[in-house]
Amino acid sequence: MIQQFIDQAPIFFTLNNGLYWLRALMTTLSMALIGCVVGFIFGFVLVYFRTSTISWLLPLRALLIAYVEIFRRIPFLVLTFLILFASRGFGFQLSLFWVACVTIVLIATAYIAEIIRAGIEAVHRNQWECADVMNFSRARTMLYVIVPQSWVFIVPPAFSYFIMFIKETSLTSQIGTMELMSAGKYFNSIGISPLMAYGTCLLLYFALSYPLTLLGRRIEVRLKNRFKGNMEALSASDQ
Amino acid sequence: MTQLEINGLFAEYSPSLPILEDVSFKIETGEIISIIGPSGSGKSTILRVLVGLLHPSKGHVIVNGTEVNYKSPSALKSMRDTMAMVFQQFNLFQNMSVLRNVMIAPLKIKKEPEVEVEARAKEYLEIMGLGDKFDAYPDQLSGGQQQRVALARALALRPKILLLDEVTSALDPEMVNEVLDAIRVLSTKGITLIIVSHEMAFVREVSDRVIMMDDGKVVEIGTPDEIFTAAKTQRCRDFISNIIQH
Repeated sequence: MIQQFIDQAPIFFTLNNGLYWLRALMTTLSMALIGCVVGFIFGFVLVYFRTSTISWLLPLRALLIAYVEIFRRIPFLVLTFLILFASRGFGFQLSLFWVACVTIVLIATAYIAEIIRAGIEAVHRNQWECADVMNFSRARTMLYVIVPQSWVFIVPPAFSYFIMFIKETSLTSQIGTMELMSAGKYFNSIGISPLMAYGTCLLLYFALSYPLTLLGRRIEVRLKNRFKGNMEALSASDQ
Repeated sequence: MTQLEINGLFAEYSPSLPILEDVSFKIETGEIISIIGPSGSGKSTILRVLVGLLHPSKGHVIVNGTEVNYKSPSALKSMRDTMAMVFQQFNLFQNMSVLRNVMIAPLKIKKEPEVEVEARAKEYLEIMGLGDKFDAYPDQLSGGQQQRVALARALALRPKILLLDEVTSALDPEMVNEVLDAIRVLSTKGITLIIVSHEMAFVREVSDRVIMMDDGKVVEIGTPDEIFTAAKTQRCRDFISNIIQH
């Protein structure tokens, strides 16, 4: 195995192959980033309407709850194929990259909406009451009071989720998206040893997700330090 | 002139759990009213009903001659424009500095000019003895300081009626006086004050009238001297004598 590694190294470690891996890495990162950022925005909108108490929004709320419950339970790969064939069936010639992005957005919205909802519900109810008494509208209460305080509860699970989704994107190789896993498959198919092809894959996934883990931890610590006293005070007020 | 009139007010958390039963009283402009009574007697609930955090099941609330329709968001909004409330747990916005806490509602909700709002906020904070805490965050302040910020924030809304809900109950004993001093300052400003408190000496000192409540009902209304020295009802006499003995 070591001999094979030594023999293949000059063929494998070339500038062109490096660029190929870099493109695949960027595709993986772009898919996860687009999916999660758009999912975050949609997640906020979804939570805003889902948690509304306006009676005529009840059908919409039911629909949004159903969306979250369904899309959190559909396997990623199944939805990817469904989006691929449905888009083709309806005449949309979406590229494989965008098929993957749409799939990620649909699933990420459902998952992130739950993270955001839990974060918003974790902010003490007295903050809502106080804003209410001061004539804040619901949207302004969310914008100025609740959402800034909910970051401390949203960021840690959202980062874990984002990192998990970077790994999940490997499934899109099944429809032929040229991301990291596909690159590994490609190099293996042209005779590069599986250890070298998939080992590179592994290293690049790690290189992508580990700095994000560290960044997530850093943000989490900063937010916790910022709100530490508040959280203690609020939990004490509940006792 | 009557500023606030409450007629036959009922409120409940559930039909089997009434909290206020047939509460009626009037408050004149600039008057300082204190509501006293044992825990669970409905004192704080009256304030929560007044600001619309709990809707009454029956009865009328008339503010400046206009009956409040609690089902109408616009009526609720205009009623809240005349009132401000300070809570037992301060309820400062934890993500904002002291100055921002005081400025946020006049600036973003009442849309008043920023320069004017900032000057007013600083003035009220200085009155409350917090001139050096503009940039501090709530968790960097003591309970007494937080409550004084809450008072400044309420004042910055320029309310006609200020509701104070057990504002010293969550404080350490040594911080109680600093908040009571701040309220003494308020009591000279001509704002109508409704104070729910267990600080009987303070109630007796600052109030024009005292309302004694028990079990969701008004037991007795009178001047501090009438309530504390010559109460007409046995329940009121018992409550006062218990408090004084402790």
